[in-house]
Amino acid sequence: MSLADVWWSYLLPLLIMIGESLLLLVVLLIGVAYILLADRKIWAAVQIRRGPNVVGPWGLLQSFADLLKFVLKEPVIPAGANKGVFLLAPLVTCTLALAAWAVIPVDAGWVISNINVGILYIFAISSLAVYGVIMAGWASNSKYPFLAALRSAAQMASYEVSIGFVIITVLLCVGSLNLTAIVEAQNRGLATLIGLPWLSILNWYWLPLLPMLVIFFVSALAETNRPPFDLIEAESELVAGFMVEYGSTPYMMFMLGEYVAVCTMCAMATILFFGGWLPPIAVPPFTWVPGIIWFVLKALLVFFMFAMVKAFVPRYRYDQLMRLGWKVFLPISLAMVAIVAGVLQVTGWVPK
Amino acid sequence: MIIHAIFFWLFATVCVGSAVMVIASRNPVHSVLFLILAFINAAGLFVLIGAEFLAWILVIVYVGAVAVLFLFVVMMLDVDFAQLRQGFLNYLPVGVIIGGILLAELLTVLFGWAISPEIGKVITAPIPPSSEISNTQALGLVLYTRYIYFFQAAGVILLVAMIGAIVLTLHHKPNVKRQNISEQIARTKSSAIEIVQVKSGQGLSS
Amino acid sequence: MYGAQLPSLVPLLPGLVLGIGAMALLMLGVFRGQSFGRVVDFIAIVLLVVAGAVLVALPPGKLTTFGGSFVVDDFARFLKVLALIGSAAAILMSLDYAERERQQRFEFSVLVLLSTLGMLMLISAADLIALYLGLELMSLPLYVVAASHRDSLRATEAGLKYFVLGALSSGMLLYGASLVYGFTGTVSFSGIAHAAGQETGAGGTGLIFGIVFLFAGFCFKVSVVPFHMWTPDVYEGAPTPVTAFFAAAPKVAGIAMFVRTAVMAFPGITGQWQQILVFVSIASMALGSFAAIGQRNIKRLMAYSSIGHMGFALIGLAAGTSEGVQGVLIYAAIYVTMTLGVFAVILAMRRSGGMVETIDQLAGLARTNPTMAFFMAMLLFSLAGIPPLAGFFAKFYVFLAAIKAGLYVLAVIGVVTSVVGAYYYLAIVKIMYFDEPAESFYSMPAELRLVLIVCGLFNILFFVYPGPLVGVASAAASSLF
Repeated sequence: MSLADVWWSYLLPLLIMIGESLLLLVVLLIGVAYILLADRKIWAAVQIRRGPNVVGPWGLLQSFADLLKFVLKEPVIPAGANKGVFLLAPLVTCTLALAAWAVIPVDAGWVISNINVGILYIFAISSLAVYGVIMAGWASNSKYPFLAALRSAAQMASYEVSIGFVIITVLLCVGSLNLTAIVEAQNRGLATLIGLPWLSILNWYWLPLLPMLVIFFVSALAETNRPPFDLIEAESELVAGFMVEYGSTPYMMFMLGEYVAVCTMCAMATILFFGGWLPPIAVPPFTWVPGIIWFVLKALLVFFMFAMVKAFVPRYRYDQLMRLGWKVFLPISLAMVAIVAGVLQVTGWVPK
Repeated sequence: MIIHAIFFWLFATVCVGSAVMVIASRNPVHSVLFLILAFINAAGLFVLIGAEFLAWILVIVYVGAVAVLFLFVVMMLDVDFAQLRQGFLNYLPVGVIIGGILLAELLTVLFGWAISPEIGKVITAPIPPSSEISNTQALGLVLYTRYIYFFQAAGVILLVAMIGAIVLTLHHKPNVKRQNISEQIARTKSSAIEIVQVKSGQGLSS
Repeated sequence: MYGAQLPSLVPLLPGLVLGIGAMALLMLGVFRGQSFGRVVDFIAIVLLVVAGAVLVALPPGKLTTFGGSFVVDDFARFLKVLALIGSAAAILMSLDYAERERQQRFEFSVLVLLSTLGMLMLISAADLIALYLGLELMSLPLYVVAASHRDSLRATEAGLKYFVLGALSSGMLLYGASLVYGFTGTVSFSGIAHAAGQETGAGGTGLIFGIVFLFAGFCFKVSVVPFHMWTPDVYEGAPTPVTAFFAAAPKVAGIAMFVRTAVMAFPGITGQWQQILVFVSIASMALGSFAAIGQRNIKRLMAYSSIGHMGFALIGLAAGTSEGVQGVLIYAAIYVTMTLGVFAVILAMRRSGGMVETIDQLAGLARTNPTMAFFMAMLLFSLAGIPPLAGFFAKFYVFLAAIKAGLYVLAVIGVVTSVVGAYYYLAIVKIMYFDEPAESFYSMPAELRLVLIVCGLFNILFFVYPGPLVGVASAAASSLF
């Protein structure tokens, strides 16, 4: 094998992939910085406060100031902690959250790795997120973090089940596990059926699978430990939950991982239910707008919902949380899998 | 193909190494964490042979759900391995003898290794070429037709496991006051409170 | 394209009756509460009877489905009817116990039904995957019902012990199965038989290795020496109706699994597995006879007795001939009736202080309850193999097959150990008839009386008209070869 071969077949694709990854990483991290700010601003607005408004114009640089503060502080590791696992935990959280973005298509063909089981990959990665919390809780060698870790293990494992069933219903309608195919399948559907093919907003799965969208949204809140399901860091019961013993950079990595995971869930909702990068009305000038703009707008809309829920829904009690997951969502989503499969079979809409 | 080989050796080495650490590490929580690492590397090996569906199902089911519960239990039980190993040395001679015999037998088999030339012909469900069909689809095609019996039987076994867990652990304590949410919500002003005009200085009669 | 149509479900019908019925009963029990338990029990018995009727009504001959993994032949029909009888009797005998001990739980019947479904699957299994799934479906409910008295230390210990050892044996079985699969390239019995027939030299060693592990797993499940350790503790610790269930139906399914695998998957290499069987049956017969002598607890004694009887039954399989298998089938049928009858008596051992389990408590039964003592004595004679009772014929057919196959030593050892074994059965008879009477038991509930009388009469009168059973068993055995 000549050097040129090696260059063209291995090194160049590798370099391109690294470049793509870095670009995505930078965009994502800057996005997260502003999402964090948006979260705080929305929360403040609901409570008729101003929110962060000192650093930069309208507080736009607040997140970067926070970043600097965290990085410059001294990381403290408790004497009784299991040092290796203690430091590994935030890394795990952060890396896994970022890894999920490797397969998310933000526009037609704009994806780092277009694998054909993309949705399974995201599901697997998001189910691994629980390890960051468990490891942190256990390694801290302290009561509150430990209790939080136990809570989170049960909570996240419970809500994964209903997310899994929601994904299955969508997959039944699509007939593929590839994320790009899931978006493209939403090019036809209800709108095509009623003879208004340009009204593509009706094509997306949010309408026919509305109950699943609700379950997905609520389960995503629980899966990412967002309020009202933030029991693992409930201040009144557990101080700060699994993060009690963390400070400075490790703490920041948890924070970052959490928000990236939230973004992943928003992107998932966009892809599964809101037609990804497809325009809501398939006529000019909407079709002239690049797909990525639509994608980001839709994801932001979902995030807005996340932020609003945080602002105005009180925290759940733990037993109610478990009841909701196992006794309400699980049966409903399981029934929906059967119903959707039955309807597809009877009407002959099964994707080939 | 060299990249393939590199990744194979990487996954295989880490997998075997962490499997060894599962038994060798002193801390049970570390053991479970190594077990998880072994699972993930096994999933990597699956990806290398083109079985990506199995790979991710392995991660979702074993790492995402089963191992979490393992970790949960191990963390709560607080197993003291040092104490468990107290009596270990007493059994060492017997263990070594049995292990040695098994090893010797396995080696005999290994050196007499021969695979029947017929094996290629007896495969019952042909694997379709990956260019025509993705492996998820290929699995689905046989899982719900040819292997439907095994699939359903496995389902019944899981049902039994669930019944068993409930039978052995669910206690209905008679004197526990439970929350009935629908009842709470259905309460109205008229059913919950009674407004009584109390004349001053008299109080309520009953 | 690559897909296939849904295979025929007709051979599976009896199983479907049980499976769907069990799920419906589960719903009924959950939504109507524990007070509905008695109704659930009765419906469960009806379901077992219906499954039996459907089984008999299936089209005759050999039916296969699911690509040959599920076989209903005469062999399967015979043993399935036996297993259904065993399960139905076990539920019937549990009725009175559940009421008196306030252990009224509808899950027991549901679990028994599901376990019986597992037995049906196991008896019909004609490939390794189906075999394993059937085996697990049969065993898992057994672990649960063994521990179902969760407040009793002995019962939970029994359940846990059974579960851990059962899991270990499943591991061995799977290891063996994977070796067999690795060396033959297929999991179906006919494929294995085909490949094994051609194995020569070195490749055969690996296959034999697989067979050894596979058989070790089987031995665990039917509890023969050297994999019998769990039996006495589990029999003693589990609630008595559960022990009655353990002792009959699962053994039938276990034997079926053993026979079908040995005969269908490894016919060409009989010489290889015959030695294993000869060894385990000798060891089991010896242990069953000698270890039972010192027992004071009658459930423990029955455990050793079952180990011994499994040893006798395996003699027939060791012969490896159609006559041998016929002997095994007759043995299984007669063993089930003997065991159920004896357990009907054990379940009736109840006086003011509650259940009693030691052999001394039977003292003078002949004077306090002569009918019960008579049938018990007949069943014990039958277990000992004294002519002209049924137990004698059971042993007769397996010994005959062994001698025809040239296994003289095995037959002689079998006769000697059955003489030794007779000692402890006769000792019980002596206690019942000649010792000073203990306080009398409560009168026997009707369903136990029914089981005892039916089983007793079967054993006493078998010699009058053995034709039907022998004929059916012979047809069943020849359907395998």
